[in-house]
Amino acid sequence: MVQLNLPKNSRVGVGKVWPKPAGATNLKEFRIYRYDPDGESNPRTDTYFVDRDDCGPMILDALLWIKNKIDPTLTFRRSCREGICGSCAMNIDGLNTLACNKGMDDVPGVVKIYPLPHMPVIKDLVPDLTNFYAQHASVEPWLHTTSPQPEAEWKQSHDDREKLDGLYECILCACCSTSCPSYWWNGDRYLGPAALLQAYRWLIDSRDEGTGERLDALEDPFRLYRCHTIMNCANTCPKGLNPAKAIAEIKKMMVTRQV
Amino acid sequence: MASQQGSTAAPSVNGLAYPITDHTFDVVVVGAGGAGLRATVGCAQAGLRTACISKVFPTRSHTVAAQGGISASLGNMGADDWRWHMYDTVKGSDWLGDQDSIEYLCRNAPAAVYELEHWGVPFSRTEEGKIYQRPFGGMTTDFGKGIAQRTCAAADRTGHAILHTLYGQALRNATEFFIEYFAIDLIMDDEGRCRGVVALKMDDGTIHRFRSHLVILATGGYGRAYFSATSAHTCTGDGNAMVLRAGLPLQDMEFVQFHPTGIYGAGCLITEGSRGEGGYLTNSEGERFMERYAPSAKDLASRDVVSRAMIMEIRGGRGVGKNKDHIYLHLDHLDPKILAERLPGISESAKIFAGVDVTKEPIPVLPTVHYNMGGIPTNFHGEVLTKKDGDPDRVVPGLMAIGEAACVSVHGANRLGSNSLIDLVVFGRAAGLRAAELVTAGERHAELPKSSADLALSRLDGFRHASGGTATAELRMDMQRTMQNNCAVFRTGDVLEEGHTLIHKVAGGKDDIRVTDRSLIWNTDLLETLEFDNLISQAVVTMDSALNRQESRGAHAREDFSARDDVNWMKHTLAWLDQKSAKVKIDYRPVHTYTMSNDIQYIEPKARVY
Repeated sequence: MVQLNLPKNSRVGVGKVWPKPAGATNLKEFRIYRYDPDGESNPRTDTYFVDRDDCGPMILDALLWIKNKIDPTLTFRRSCREGICGSCAMNIDGLNTLACNKGMDDVPGVVKIYPLPHMPVIKDLVPDLTNFYAQHASVEPWLHTTSPQPEAEWKQSHDDREKLDGLYECILCACCSTSCPSYWWNGDRYLGPAALLQAYRWLIDSRDEGTGERLDALEDPFRLYRCHTIMNCANTCPKGLNPAKAIAEIKKMMVTRQV
Repeated sequence: MASQQGSTAAPSVNGLAYPITDHTFDVVVVGAGGAGLRATVGCAQAGLRTACISKVFPTRSHTVAAQGGISASLGNMGADDWRWHMYDTVKGSDWLGDQDSIEYLCRNAPAAVYELEHWGVPFSRTEEGKIYQRPFGGMTTDFGKGIAQRTCAAADRTGHAILHTLYGQALRNATEFFIEYFAIDLIMDDEGRCRGVVALKMDDGTIHRFRSHLVILATGGYGRAYFSATSAHTCTGDGNAMVLRAGLPLQDMEFVQFHPTGIYGAGCLITEGSRGEGGYLTNSEGERFMERYAPSAKDLASRDVVSRAMIMEIRGGRGVGKNKDHIYLHLDHLDPKILAERLPGISESAKIFAGVDVTKEPIPVLPTVHYNMGGIPTNFHGEVLTKKDGDPDRVVPGLMAIGEAACVSVHGANRLGSNSLIDLVVFGRAAGLRAAELVTAGERHAELPKSSADLALSRLDGFRHASGGTATAELRMDMQRTMQNNCAVFRTGDVLEEGHTLIHKVAGGKDDIRVTDRSLIWNTDLLETLEFDNLISQAVVTMDSALNRQESRGAHAREDFSARDDVNWMKHTLAWLDQKSAKVKIDYRPVHTYTMSNDIQYIEPKARVY
């Protein structure tokens, strides 16, 4: 039988309310998911108050402010802080996005932050992305060629290069895949929007000569066809990409090659 | 100097031994950015069993943030020649670059770019379907006569496109990745040979000892020693610091590049390619002031020149904004279609971080720490060098360094834009080729020294239980403020003296550091402390090297010694750090005043005018 309730040890309790910073007048309240892998206790949400007059404008600035000034144990991934490395993906105010690119002003009231949904949590806001990365690797994200290599570059027309726009910019942040109900349900066998967007990026590259094999590898009831055009992926992508459209294009290629 | 310092404490300082997992490889690469991945692919293709260790998933490495492009004299947009590229790089380096290495870089650049294209990098294209190339600062034709279009671009996301492609190639070559492993220290034996590296697996806290014939450090720069940097939070120069702790010197650490156009406040990068595409800077009077400072190259002068001009304008009261403390970068005169095609990434960044619509308004910008020309001294094969028994080019066996971590030195006193991406792939490839010559696959390993993990474990354990009065974040802030205030675009003896005192005080504060998180699972409090320890070593060495160099050259501009002094100072600084006393010892290596082949003659120093 399918288990519809969360297991007891996954239920999120109410955690600690950290004291407000002394003397601060311009406060923003944060409720942040915490999970301590060392103990036996359930996850919880801790409440923090950020002094906005002492802090940068982004959600990531607030998380760093909390870590530096209130609670050094708060744990999350971060690196470039400008939306290109994809480290700080998390669920903010109900939407998967990058903490570094999301302004505090864009969230009215209390800011609620959880890890990316439906992934195993290692600690606090750090999910285990092993399966996600393995799925990306499974689409063989490199150029397949059989023709003899030219001495200089492979020629590619302006128009052919344009077909890669909206695809190659993916930063593998996993916001899309972890927002997809179909991926939540069948994440072990459905490749999910991020991996499929990448698959299409190579399928549509005019230089790539592995189209047939690539399509064969996706011809499967689960890997590709579990996309039910729910479109959460396109709504949530922090880079404004549209994985659902890429998936539809792959499905079209599947059909046209049979005609 | 001892090969290992501070390795007196046993692994079980607090009564609990750390379990150690052992690995044996032919080669271990530390770092999975552009250089690390290229070297990993090269070693794997040579049949060497290669591990690649990284503290972040490979596509999170900071190469991903490179925007404008990668230089190579392909000649797709007009005549070009690797010799012209070499001349520009030598001039850009203010004659501190080693010309044999620069020749190696420039003549191997075109092949390296074609290789990337063959691997799938989605370069922008010309009308004929060739790789698109844009103008960049300091890049000229015919030895300085015209403006070259030499910088190969994938819109303004070139680093992202290259890094993701290299990661794909690493997958294709079945690389053994150790992802989210934090390298703590090198294993050095008594003969001074590097024998491996010790790392912490972040998700379970286990210690991993990697034994290898060769360790290749590709750990990047240390921009986070400063308060305002375009560098990622993870740019903490961990490899540089490991080298210092191994008793080896770092080279030319006083040369820190300030990128002219970091977004005011946020510090995020706006590519030099924006000026390559026609953008220009203005002061509060609306004047295109670069015309005064660099009549010929104007806004496309070298980065050190443009950064200094901007600071001069601000000091002269002609800064923009409420506090007159920054400068405007104009793109609003450019065709919105061109902006959308060639500069989409920075258009987005400007919107998010400055609230600016680039098609209508200028971007507020300020020179921001961006790149470290200094690092681990190497030859152009990537082999680490030290000065020993009077030999300034003594190879350290078993150890290589590439990328921003290394000081080959191709960038000398100032790096040209788009020369770093080419540095990554050319020397990443060179390291792989050299590894194939030095190591036989499956070669037997000698026993590791008994104390091989002591240095790493004593540091780890010490910080893990640190319970002093100062949080890591406080000390880090003190360090960053000091570097920003006392070791910036313009420097004087007094300010550097004060900086020397202040930064050594911060370093002394390590004894009173406090770590709150005691866990071993994803303990970022502990990792940030290890990173701070790495940063402060480099900050100290940078400050003291800057105080020592009494001339102005490239990015090192001394107001009290405003001219370049080739007689006394055309030499590389070497700086050793004594771990116990935190004292810096300085010595020098001669600049290589010869080329690699007879295809080009040594380029004689002359005045550097743009």
